[in-house]
Amino acid sequence: MAGEKPGLLRRMFGGGAEPAEDTVADEAREAEAPAPPPALADAPPTAPDEPESRGGWFQRLRRGLSRSSGALSGSISSLFTQRKLDAATLEEFEDALIQADLGVDTAGAVTEALRKGRFGKELSEDEVKGILAAEVEKALAPVAKPLVLGGRKPEVILVVGVNGTGKTTTIGKLAAKFRDDGKTVMLAAGDTFRAAAIEQLKIWGQRTGAPVVARDIGADAAGLAFDALERARAEGVDVLLIDTAGRLQNRTELMAELEKIVRVLKKQDPQAPHHVLLTLDATTGQNALSQVEIFGRIAGVTGLVMTKLDGTARGGILVAIAARYGLPVHFIGIGEGIDDLEPFAANDFARAIAGLA
Amino acid sequence: MFESLSSRLSAVFDRLTGRGALSEADVNEAIREVRRALLEADVALDVVRSFTDKVRDRAVGQEVIRSVTPGQMVVKIVHDQLVETLGKDPAPLDLNATPPVAIMMVGLQGSGKTTTTAKIARRLRDRQKLKVLMASLDTRRPAAQEQLRVLGEQNEIDTLPVVAGQTPTQIAQRAMTAGRLGGFDVVMLDTAGRTHIDEPLMLEMAEIKRTAAPHEILLVADSLTGQDAVQLARSFDDRVGITGLVLTRVDGDGRGGAALSMRAVTGKPIKFIGTGEKADALEEFNPSRIANRILGMGDIVSLVEKAAETIDAERAQKLAERMKKGGFDLNDLADQLRQMQRIGGMSGVLGLLPGVGKVKKQIEAAGIDDRIFKRQGAIISSMTATEREKPDVLKASRKRRIAAGSGTTVEEVNKLLKMHRQMADMMKSAGKGKGLMGRMMGGLGMGSMPKVDPAELERIAQTGKLPGVPPGFTLPPGFGGGLGGPRLPGMGKKK
Repeated sequence: MAGEKPGLLRRMFGGGAEPAEDTVADEAREAEAPAPPPALADAPPTAPDEPESRGGWFQRLRRGLSRSSGALSGSISSLFTQRKLDAATLEEFEDALIQADLGVDTAGAVTEALRKGRFGKELSEDEVKGILAAEVEKALAPVAKPLVLGGRKPEVILVVGVNGTGKTTTIGKLAAKFRDDGKTVMLAAGDTFRAAAIEQLKIWGQRTGAPVVARDIGADAAGLAFDALERARAEGVDVLLIDTAGRLQNRTELMAELEKIVRVLKKQDPQAPHHVLLTLDATTGQNALSQVEIFGRIAGVTGLVMTKLDGTARGGILVAIAARYGLPVHFIGIGEGIDDLEPFAANDFARAIAGLA
Repeated sequence: MFESLSSRLSAVFDRLTGRGALSEADVNEAIREVRRALLEADVALDVVRSFTDKVRDRAVGQEVIRSVTPGQMVVKIVHDQLVETLGKDPAPLDLNATPPVAIMMVGLQGSGKTTTTAKIARRLRDRQKLKVLMASLDTRRPAAQEQLRVLGEQNEIDTLPVVAGQTPTQIAQRAMTAGRLGGFDVVMLDTAGRTHIDEPLMLEMAEIKRTAAPHEILLVADSLTGQDAVQLARSFDDRVGITGLVLTRVDGDGRGGAALSMRAVTGKPIKFIGTGEKADALEEFNPSRIANRILGMGDIVSLVEKAAETIDAERAQKLAERMKKGGFDLNDLADQLRQMQRIGGMSGVLGLLPGVGKVKKQIEAAGIDDRIFKRQGAIISSMTATEREKPDVLKASRKRRIAAGSGTTVEEVNKLLKMHRQMADMMKSAGKGKGLMGRMMGGLGMGSMPKVDPAELERIAQTGKLPGVPPGFTLPPGFGGGLGGPRLPGMGKKK
């Protein structure tokens, strides 16, 4: 079977193999799922205008967001080609944003910005997309900040999040990134709860050549973090990445455990952890707001990583998060490969969401 | 974060009084709030639309029952419609086939397939005495096969030995053969997580289906999923034809609107919900509970059930008798604290009660959390047996010793004693237990076991309102005393 190992192919050939694959997947998807949501049923299929000009990762992001931008731009084109900007049109526009997971309030705000001064006017499709992209970018630009290492030795990065959001995978990718930047990296297997989480991190350690500090399953995670920091200091590594067990933010006792990890790290280095990254699953809906709030309060989250943008999830919740919490978004995860982690770029993200390329 | 639908609706309907039936204009205004509530609960937009249409049809012209506000009436209609959409009848696993019956688990990455696989296997073994074999077909994520093996070991469930280098289809074949030869009743196939647009992986999934001919194909989905839920459920259903859904992380604080979306789009029943990290945290799906949650109304039915399960009936009975005599000592208080923690602590209990969303927030803001129970437990543990039975002997020097022994302060010891005194006083008067709250307190271990009329509960669940309970109602005596306020008396504030 030719297409049996897509991940490998993609990994080996990087961006080059993608446009073709993309089209195939698109066609197959259209053939297999001929019933889009009723709201979008009358939307004309989006023209497959693959922008070849922009480099690898942007295409991947676009591919990841293609469903969402396809749906959005589809409905926008059907709405605005020949129509006046009236109340009904605006409402449908708001609906399209809601379907991208922007949330009711954020969608309302963006719609309001669109309405202002343009009510009753005829607008072309591109104009509307442009305004949408501009609005989304306005919210996202202030939070698109790279993860900057402060030159401390070791720089401690704690990765937290709800179960299954991709913490361990993100750590593996980050380790590879830092290694490629010429840094020495150490990993701490702080997920002592989930079966085989330690093994999973160890495999990432092998892939990236980073030593892994681990204890047995069920061990105290805070103690392990303490030991890892001690060892990282002794060995003079540049970056210490600490994994943690996934936890739901409303579980007080588990959040207290997380608080303890932070507290214990500070005993050796009052500044540590220098970065606390929260991984957010792009498929998550409005609950992501609660995740950001509570993890932020308890673990002092300094930045976000949005994972799984290679699916059809739209990640629009980032717009709402940016508006409410203003936390930096450092990276986006767009696949399972070791290099499928990209810096977050507001402009590209906004344009991709708006269906502009 | 989210206001409950009932409070929003009461704002809409506040100015309406003395109307006989719901007019179309009233309903339309209410529908807007319903729509918003559903969207905030992550119900997919197109599902919301058809849903609100149905509610509108049902609500217009509906007589408002006396003693119920129009808002509550609409909540009831919405609730009923939700339950209907979610599927009223429980849908157990269908294992009615020639053994070994294959169950295939599919879903996105990180949705909880492997954990759920182990939970279902354990449940089948414990409740139906079936011999279950688990096999991981996840050759992609590092250590995924190892994860299932460890889970198998922890729960004493057989797993298929891992053979490196096999394709998922080969593993499936081997699992079915091993299932036949080993005399297993059920073979569970845990597949790799995949995005539903990953074409080759979707093909692989179809291939596995052909090989193993699973009798059940369960889509495992995160209940925190947003608008994408519709897409993913539809894609998986189109590609492999799922037979049911399992929702995970229902113990999170999400509203779980994805349940409604996926059920509505696929028409497939929700078979189980995952409610925790432990291997037995898997429950049958109860549409009414999820409906209440989507509406933000809490769930009084499950509170009572949960409390009834947890509390040792005999002990409660003994306590009730002593209470009537006014003998409620610190040993009893320590029992209460332990039981409180067992049913999920303060927030666990509050989360289940309807209409306390706001109070819960205030409590969180005031910094009252379950650690207080632990500290208070520690104080009591530092007392001698005599002191526990006769708190009156506690004078300054004893208190100092207790404070030192429990790592607290004399002030905290005093607070606990005051709380105990208040509780003992309230016990005497509330011992007989009037009204539902009285009986519920019983359920919480304050008195005898509750004998709650199911019809009454049903009504409560539907209207989201407790009968005969004053507006800022009280928790079990001593823990409450006016939860309407920003802080609990006697519980102290976190410093």
